[in-house]
Amino acid sequence: MQSWYFSEQSYYPAWDRDVTPKVTSPSSLVDPEIAHRLLRDYIEECKLCDSLGLNIMANEHHATYTCMNVSCLMTLGIIASHTTNARLLALGVPVMSRMDPYRIAEEIAYVDTLSRGRLELGLIKGTAFELYISNAHPVTAPDRYWEAHDLIVAALSKRDGSLSYESRNFNYRYMNVIPPCYQKPTPPMWLTTLSTNTAKEAARRGHVLAITAVAKAARQSFPLYREEFLKTHGRPAPLDRFAYLGYVAVARDEATAIERGRKILDFVKASERIEPRFINPPGALPHADNARFLKAGTTVTHRNKLLPDGTPMSNPPTPREQILNNVLFAGTPDQVYQQIKTFYDSVGGFGQLLVQAGGTMSHDEICDSLRLYATEVQPRLTALTKSHALAA
Amino acid sequence: MQTNATSGQSRQVSLSGVDLEVWEGGKGRTVLFLHPGDGFDASAPFVSSLASRFRVIAPSHPGFGRSSLPQSISTVDDLSYLYLDYIETQGLENILVLGVSFGGWIAAEIAVKSTARIAGLCLVDTVGAKFAGPMTREIFDLFSVPQYEQARHLYHDPKLQQQTYAHLDDETATRMARNHESFALFGWSPTLHSQKLADRLHRIKVPTRLIWGAEDRVVPPDYGRHWESAIPGASMEIIDQAGHYPHIEQPEHFVASVARFVDTLPAGGGGKSSDSP
Repeated sequence: MQSWYFSEQSYYPAWDRDVTPKVTSPSSLVDPEIAHRLLRDYIEECKLCDSLGLNIMANEHHATYTCMNVSCLMTLGIIASHTTNARLLALGVPVMSRMDPYRIAEEIAYVDTLSRGRLELGLIKGTAFELYISNAHPVTAPDRYWEAHDLIVAALSKRDGSLSYESRNFNYRYMNVIPPCYQKPTPPMWLTTLSTNTAKEAARRGHVLAITAVAKAARQSFPLYREEFLKTHGRPAPLDRFAYLGYVAVARDEATAIERGRKILDFVKASERIEPRFINPPGALPHADNARFLKAGTTVTHRNKLLPDGTPMSNPPTPREQILNNVLFAGTPDQVYQQIKTFYDSVGGFGQLLVQAGGTMSHDEICDSLRLYATEVQPRLTALTKSHALAA
Repeated sequence: MQTNATSGQSRQVSLSGVDLEVWEGGKGRTVLFLHPGDGFDASAPFVSSLASRFRVIAPSHPGFGRSSLPQSISTVDDLSYLYLDYIETQGLENILVLGVSFGGWIAAEIAVKSTARIAGLCLVDTVGAKFAGPMTREIFDLFSVPQYEQARHLYHDPKLQQQTYAHLDDETATRMARNHESFALFGWSPTLHSQKLADRLHRIKVPTRLIWGAEDRVVPPDYGRHWESAIPGASMEIIDQAGHYPHIEQPEHFVASVARFVDTLPAGGGGKSSDSP
């Protein structure tokens, strides 16, 4: 099992203010010195991961206190300069909201070259609320997404000169990525989705399928992926095609770990503080879903509000509830390993764990948790997937 | 074909690759009614009132009601050409084009292209043109409001503002959701306007009446004054106690206002009935 450290790089000092942390909140709530320190701490955490044998993942969001990273490729370019071994995962570049596929392809190739081929790449749809910021058209976005995805791959794969492209959505006279990617033809490709149809598409393409913090989606999508992969490629899908993102908090004693888990979950709480008007731009969901919202007079997020047995969770959910839901893995190293293994077994295994920390955790708490994870959990996970592969 | 209490009928018309739902009712001068962003409701009181004086033809725009939405139709410019084709193929002449809000935008886009078969233009709380600079948003962004809260911004009457949709059957609610998505397809960006329309309004050479809700908060009457200045000879009439949809909030005043305007137009037939061969 490969593990990837991930932080949203939140500006959490603003979370206790009485404003929505997204889209329209005033940037004046950010203290530049504190923001600077938080970003520097984040780079230090990545350097620590590099020394501990963990990989690194970055994402991006816009106009929000829950994520200060505005370009995952820019951040990974910086991290590439501070690390030597860690693989660097962009998960991902929100293709629906970033309007220039050529520019994305250029940035991908730059980071891959700078890191000597350590980049892994998720070209993802992105979050619906950000369509309000990018102004990308929500109704035509799904079609534009796959077109942009394939255009970026085509541009990265072409090494013998420029590419000409003319379509309803994109027009380029000469698309020529110089320098090209270090890896050929492209960095390894990933996809995140909560949609079973997209999961099957990921299987057909052989992309790594990443499910982020929704255990039920993993239980639904992983078998479909396996089936589709076998059908398309004529062999079973390797474990490394499956990734799951969980919030991870490790400590020497359980109480400290649970408290760290609570701090990570502060991120989820802040993340859900979005005005309903920005959750669902027209066109982002099927008509039937929008009809349901219309009749209900409310918009809801996709977050699961129930425990596995159907019991409603607390509001906000407690760390122990989120452990039961396989969203949070928190405890001593032994407990965290057992929690991950239980979930692993329930979904038929996976080869990549995206280890999200952050929230309101301090830098020291994050580093301590990462050290314990890398030294006392990771080796057992590596053994777990090795034995799984041998058995297969 | 559907018939309703106003004695009008809906039918499907095949035109330029679109399977267009068209409601028609009444007799007299032909009024091509272009509906706003939430679609056409033949049971609205203004419809029967309008159809008691005029022959009303009310298509559901592509993507609305039971009209199809082929990929070739994605802009208001496309809609304007579609309706020019409709007017021509149906042999309509000397008609009044009456558009409300989003429908007004389409009507104006038609009129800047050709008024050969149009006797008059009536734009009601229309959107579609930008007059102010880039830092001023003149048209309220209806897409930053969930569909279930649109009424709060569309209406002046507090009771209408509070309307809910729980009582709708699934088919109706799904159709409304589709209408809203299609509205966004045409109006998302630039928000509910065309960047070039303001500079083309001078081309409208037929008598034009602007009708405006005094309490419109989507496009206030001052925005309408820009239209009045930009269209040669245009005049404006304000309807009190109405927001963005005066045809819904003050149907009698609205129809009377339209009728007063039509009375000023040269007499005309309106062309062949759309049922004619």
